[in-house]
Amino acid sequence: MDIRAGLSSGSKRAAARLITMIENGDPEAIEIIKENYHKTGKARIIGITGPPGAGKSTVTDKLAKLVRKQGKKAAIIAVDPTSPFSGGAILGDRIRMSDLNTDEGVFIRSMGTRGALGGLSKSVHGAIKVMDIFGYDYIFVETVGVGQSEIDIVKIADTVLMVMVPGLGDDIQAIKAGIMEIGDVFAVNKSDREGAEKTATEIEVMLDLNGMTEYRPPVKNIIAKDNKGVEELWEAIEGHYEYMVSSGNFNKRREKAIETEVLEIFKQNLLDKVMRLQKNTEYLSGLIIKVFKKQMDPYTAALELANILNKEEGK
Amino acid sequence: MNRPIRVLVAKPGLDGHDRGAKVVARAMRDAGMEVIYTGLRQTPEQIVEAAIQEDVDCVSMSILSGAHNHLFPKVVKLLREKGGEDILVVGGGVIPEEDIPGLKEAGIAEIFTPGTPTGVTIDFITKNIKRN
Repeated sequence: MDIRAGLSSGSKRAAARLITMIENGDPEAIEIIKENYHKTGKARIIGITGPPGAGKSTVTDKLAKLVRKQGKKAAIIAVDPTSPFSGGAILGDRIRMSDLNTDEGVFIRSMGTRGALGGLSKSVHGAIKVMDIFGYDYIFVETVGVGQSEIDIVKIADTVLMVMVPGLGDDIQAIKAGIMEIGDVFAVNKSDREGAEKTATEIEVMLDLNGMTEYRPPVKNIIAKDNKGVEELWEAIEGHYEYMVSSGNFNKRREKAIETEVLEIFKQNLLDKVMRLQKNTEYLSGLIIKVFKKQMDPYTAALELANILNKEEGK
Repeated sequence: MNRPIRVLVAKPGLDGHDRGAKVVARAMRDAGMEVIYTGLRQTPEQIVEAAIQEDVDCVSMSILSGAHNHLFPKVVKLLREKGGEDILVVGGGVIPEEDIPGLKEAGIAEIFTPGTPTGVTIDFITKNIKRN
């Protein structure tokens, strides 16, 4: 398949294949992204996160339909966990998005986390770029069901939507550090259930304590499956975007996101290089044995490992 | 390149019984595959679009309603039209023996009838996907 030709003719098959290549670490994929990088940056990236079963996929489905009604194109990246034992995964987010399948202006891609722990897959960056190059106006990134500290989405999204549900715990949960701090907009889904108002109030109280003056994340009660409150939720997301742009924070956040990405790539490349250099000599396993036998400590071992790079430079 | 095989598990047609599909999906997961499960009552068009967007190696369909002679070949035909001719298509469910040759003729690589151990299906997919 000619990915480059497919990219310029707007073939979904080519875009889908390119994402696969990124996921599998194909160096050719990086070359193609490099060539097209100047086309990125136009799409708005909306992160959707929250605990398992909160209704993230249903909310995503409804929001995507809403932007489609406005004549915009929507891409969805939906991440589900990879098994730490088999490396396999059941990716089931599409179940809630069936009628979007055949919409020309929608592209949905499911991804396994493949070992990443922050609620995303490390290929999400790449997949976002592919969809951006492809001209999608909005890219929705749905994280795995999160617990308390999977916050990688905040490093990627322009707006983070936190989807909560009633009845997950007392108000102390709302004041803990972690995911509750990263929401730009809060939705209390399944608001026909008991305790929905209470949950909304607890989030409001938490936000009050944060003492934000410039921008205060709105909290919206919704019933996503019945499409209730979804338009108001969208207005809140738009409101956050307008605030970000007018305050200059939009660009700051994107610069921060780029910094994180560059450093991640740098770390990965460095690690790959060290691992490649030590492979023949099995230097690392030698160091591990030394640390195990208490002939060395792990801090010194790490320095020794880094010295491999200096030796390489000296050649 | 070491990569997980991606399989779309789909339920075309109108029957609402996906216990079998879920058991197969779970077994595939345990065999290290990434399984995209699309849920019940999918049209061939929906299945094919999902297969293209997800860039799967294999589409694995389960059907218990008797509509296999219509729906399975339609999926193969649509896949070919969309440039997905390198995607392996397999089927399962309650499929009468005499229908199997016709389905294979239409491009369904293999049919797994009730009682097939999941290992047989997984083995077939692993050996017959068309991409490295």
